This record gives sequence, structure tokens and C-alpha cells, in this order.
Amino acid sequence: MAMLSEDRIKELREYVSSLEHPEEALVDLMHEAQETYGYLSDEAAEAVAEIAGVPVIKVEELATFYNLIFRRPVGRKVIFVCDSISCWVMGMENLFEHLKARLGIDIGQTTTDGAFTLLPICCLGACHVAPAMLVGDKLYGNLTPERIDEILEKER
Amino acid sequence: MFQPLLTKNFHYGRPASLKEYEAAGGYEGLRAALKMTPDDVIKAVIDSGLRGRGGAGFPTGRKWSLTDRKSPGQRYFIVNADEMEPGTFKDRFLMERDPHQVIEGLLISGYATDAGKGYIFIRYEYTEAARALETAVQEAKGAGFIGKNILGSGFSMEISVHRSAGRYECGEETALMNALEGKRANPRSKPPYPASKGFRMRPTTINNAETVADVPHIIKMGGSAWKTLAAYEGGAGTKLYGISGRVKNPGLFELPTGTPLKEIIETHGGGMQDGYSFKACLPGGASTPIITPNNLNVPMDFDTVSKIGSRMGTGCVTVFDDTCCIVRAMINNLLFFTRESCGWCTPCRDGLPFVYDILQRIEAGVAEMDELNVLDENCETIYSNSFCAFAPGAVDPVRSMLRLFKDEVEEHIKLKRCPCLN
Repeated sequence: MAMLSEDRIKELREYVSSLEHPEEALVDLMHEAQETYGYLSDEAAEAVAEIAGVPVIKVEELATFYNLIFRRPVGRKVIFVCDSISCWVMGMENLFEHLKARLGIDIGQTTTDGAFTLLPICCLGACHVAPAMLVGDKLYGNLTPERIDEILEKER
Repeated sequence: MFQPLLTKNFHYGRPASLKEYEAAGGYEGLRAALKMTPDDVIKAVIDSGLRGRGGAGFPTGRKWSLTDRKSPGQRYFIVNADEMEPGTFKDRFLMERDPHQVIEGLLISGYATDAGKGYIFIRYEYTEAARALETAVQEAKGAGFIGKNILGSGFSMEISVHRSAGRYECGEETALMNALEGKRANPRSKPPYPASKGFRMRPTTINNAETVADVPHIIKMGGSAWKTLAAYEGGAGTKLYGISGRVKNPGLFELPTGTPLKEIIETHGGGMQDGYSFKACLPGGASTPIITPNNLNVPMDFDTVSKIGSRMGTGCVTVFDDTCCIVRAMINNLLFFTRESCGWCTPCRDGLPFVYDILQRIEAGVAEMDELNVLDENCETIYSNSFCAFAPGAVDPVRSMLRLFKDEVEEHIKLKRCPCLN
């Protein structure tokens, strides 16, 4: 597993110590640690706390609030399926079932090859191209079962 | 002929560069504002009649005039770009297509409220928009629009883009300030109001991204001239309206404020797709009460939509077609609100799952008729007793369903199944 390098930790420490309120950097630090470690592991949470100079419980308190900080391992890419109202109108429920069947997993699970984790998400602000989903940070709209199959092929 | 303001640089289909933005009159509003006194800038915004575009519709100029500009020390201006209201996609377009407009608006707003530091608080999923803003901030810094002594005016302002990490509650202004301070995004009790004690307990003004994007145009045109752009006497300026659902041409349109809902759906949205008919709509997000066909002539503005028992909200309309079961639509809505409740207050945290459960029972055909009273009473209790405005927004559409679709709801109970499923 990738780790934050010593150099990077030093850089981040310097950055945080330049701040009047180090706590304000916690969300940025959690994002960076998550990108490096894949998810916010205990080890990553400890690294963040150490860099920011706050107790680990403070990091935990935030991490468990935000839905985009993962305290458990996820696949290489997380598929976020919008399940809010406009996507629901456009048939999101069937597409969710299609995705589950194609990936062979339920919501919250990761495919056996470690490629994808499937999660619901609130409105992605892509209602004009509903139904929509994010794969990693890439947005896909106007989804159909066929298009989902192509996207999975491409993103895997 | 209607001249678009907010959307005039959208044709690039990518973020307009600083050069492109300036070629279309960009940063002229800032130049003009810096030659005015902050009080005159506030007066122009008051004259314009601009009301908060995040959904609540609070008069922007009045909000600014409430900011404590006297006490010594730092003041803040925050742009709320945490767009997460289901059905809403207007701020995404603004930031992805014309990020400088938001930045210029923030600079003028900061000047008016004497804020030396500005934040743009954006949801993490809006990666493209965040990148566009970050690039634009660098460009604007390079051109001397951000930083010390801006354009020789003596006014200084720094701007940061904060990428959040999810959760609807972050869009509530006091919760947003907690989030920015590195705390859990729970709402704060008011008073103290952000105008005197907000971010870092300092005077803070916070506005939606579309609201601040309107400001450069108001300064350039003059408040009173901007106001006359509306579609009717009582309105002000232009507004971004969105439309989604089974219409022929879903999308985002900048139109005179107060354009009738019917025109948004039929003319701009292209009307219903073939084979579908209009059943109802949410006029401005998941927290706005349902509107039925008999009220489609309503001008889309805050007071006019309130008068017919709904709210304009964000102005992004979600259309329900004749295949949508209204109970299932509300189940979907409550799934969202139940999951996104921040957990701070009991009526919201524990009450919304209860409402969700009753809706599920109705849909499944196992509810008894008297549960409708229980549902209504619980919505009322949640509405009146929750800590912030989000729980009222969660139950308002459900209450509108009980008012407007009583027959359809009761049919579920009488038939012991969903009448929409054959």
C-alpha cells in the first residue's frame, strides 16, 4: 500500500504549521491521505492527526461525518449512482439493479477483482442528463443498460 | 430581445478564460464597484431587488447591510457552492462554464461587506467546477484582481476554494461555517447571526454562487435597470431555471425572473416527451412542495410561488410524468433526507425515518387509513421542532402530497397495493 512519503509529510507539516487554525486543513489532509492510501485506514487517520497536531479522535469525528471519506477499503474506483429525484424519474431504480447484476455485488460491496465499489449518492447536479453516475471522478449521464456495460468495460 | 447575462459565455462549452471573460465585459463590474463606496454598492444591490438564489430568497442587499462592518479585525465572505439540492444543477454550470463571473461577484461582495478573505465552498463531486475555479483564481491573481491593493483601490482580498467531502447539511450556512473550521457540519444556534459572529466567530456574509454571479451585472447596469429585466412587475433581474424529468429538452435556461412555470416547461423544456403527460412537479428541488397542473401559470419567483402553497427554491424544476407514483416519489425524497440528516436534532434524525417508514407501508399496501393522520401529525411535529430549515424542507413536499394527492394516497390503502403498478 502506498504511503505518504517522508518528504510530503514534511511539506504538509510545514503548510499546516503556517496556518492560524490547523484544524481547517483536516478535510484537505483526509482527501490527500485517502488518495494515497486508497481509503482512510487507521494508519492514514493517524498520519493526518499527527500532521495536523490534533488527537486521532478529532479526525475520526470528521471522517465518520463525511460520506466521501471512506473508513473501510474500497475498490480502485467507486461508482456513485445518483438515487435522487430527477434520476429516479428517469428510471434510476432499474439501472441500479442492472449495475448490481453486472458487477455481481450489492450496494456497499466491492467487486472480487477490486475494481469497483458500488455506492448510492445524492443528486450529482446532472439532472439534465439523468440518470447519472460518477465512476471515480468522471461523470456519466444519459445512462442506459447498454451504456453502463460500455462504461464498466472502459473503466475497469 | 432578451440578452442573457449569467450565461452569455456558456457557448464555449468549457470554462471561459480570463481573456474571454474580459472580452465580454468581465471585471468591468469590479472596476466600477471599486470606484464606488461600499455603501453605494450595497445600495445598488438593494435597488436591484436581488434575492438569495440558494432557495430561501432573502434580500441580498439587506443581508449585506446587516454585516457588522464596524468592529476591528477580519471579516469573511463565503460563496456557498455546495449545490446538493436534488434536481438542481445551476451552480455547476455557472462554475464550469464561467468561473470568473463567480470570482468577480465574490470580489465585489467582499468589497461591499469589507471582507478581506473569501471562500468558495464547493462539494467534492464537482471536480471540474473546482478545477475551473482554482484555475480562474490563479488567473485573476496574476491579473491583479485578487490580492493586495486590488487595481490600486486600497482594497485587498484573498480567495480560497474549499473542496468539501459530502453531506447535504454542509449547505446550511452555519453548518457550512463549522465545516470550514474543520468541525462536523452541524448547524449552530442563531443568534449569534453570521453577520456578527460567523466563520471563526467573525462577521461573515454568505451567499449562493448564482447570487454573487448576479452582482457584477447589477453594478454594471445599475440596480434599478437590472431589476426591470424581470418578467413581471414584482420581480427582479434574470434567473437560472433548470428543467429535468421526461421533457423533450431538459436543461438550464437563463430567463427573466418570474417567467411562468408553464413556459419553462413547455417552451424551453420542449414539453413532455411523446407518450408521457404532465402529472406534477417540484418547482425548485426536493424540499419544495408539489405543484399540480392547475397552477402552472404561476410566475416562477419567490413570493408568487409561495402564494400557491409551494416555494420556488432553486428554480430547477423536476417534472413528474403520468407514470410516476406520487407516493414512490416521496419515498425517494425521504430516502434522500433520511440519509442526509446530520443527526444533530431528534425530530429530523429520528422523525424522518418514521415518515419514510409510513410512506413505505402505504406503498406496500399494508398501511391503515388512520396512519395518514399519524403521517400528517409527524410531519407537523418535525416541521415545527427541528433545529434548522432542512427538516421542514424534507416534510413540506410530503404534506403537499397529502393535500394535493389525497385520492391517490388513499387508493393505495383501499386497494392494498400501489395503483400505479399493474
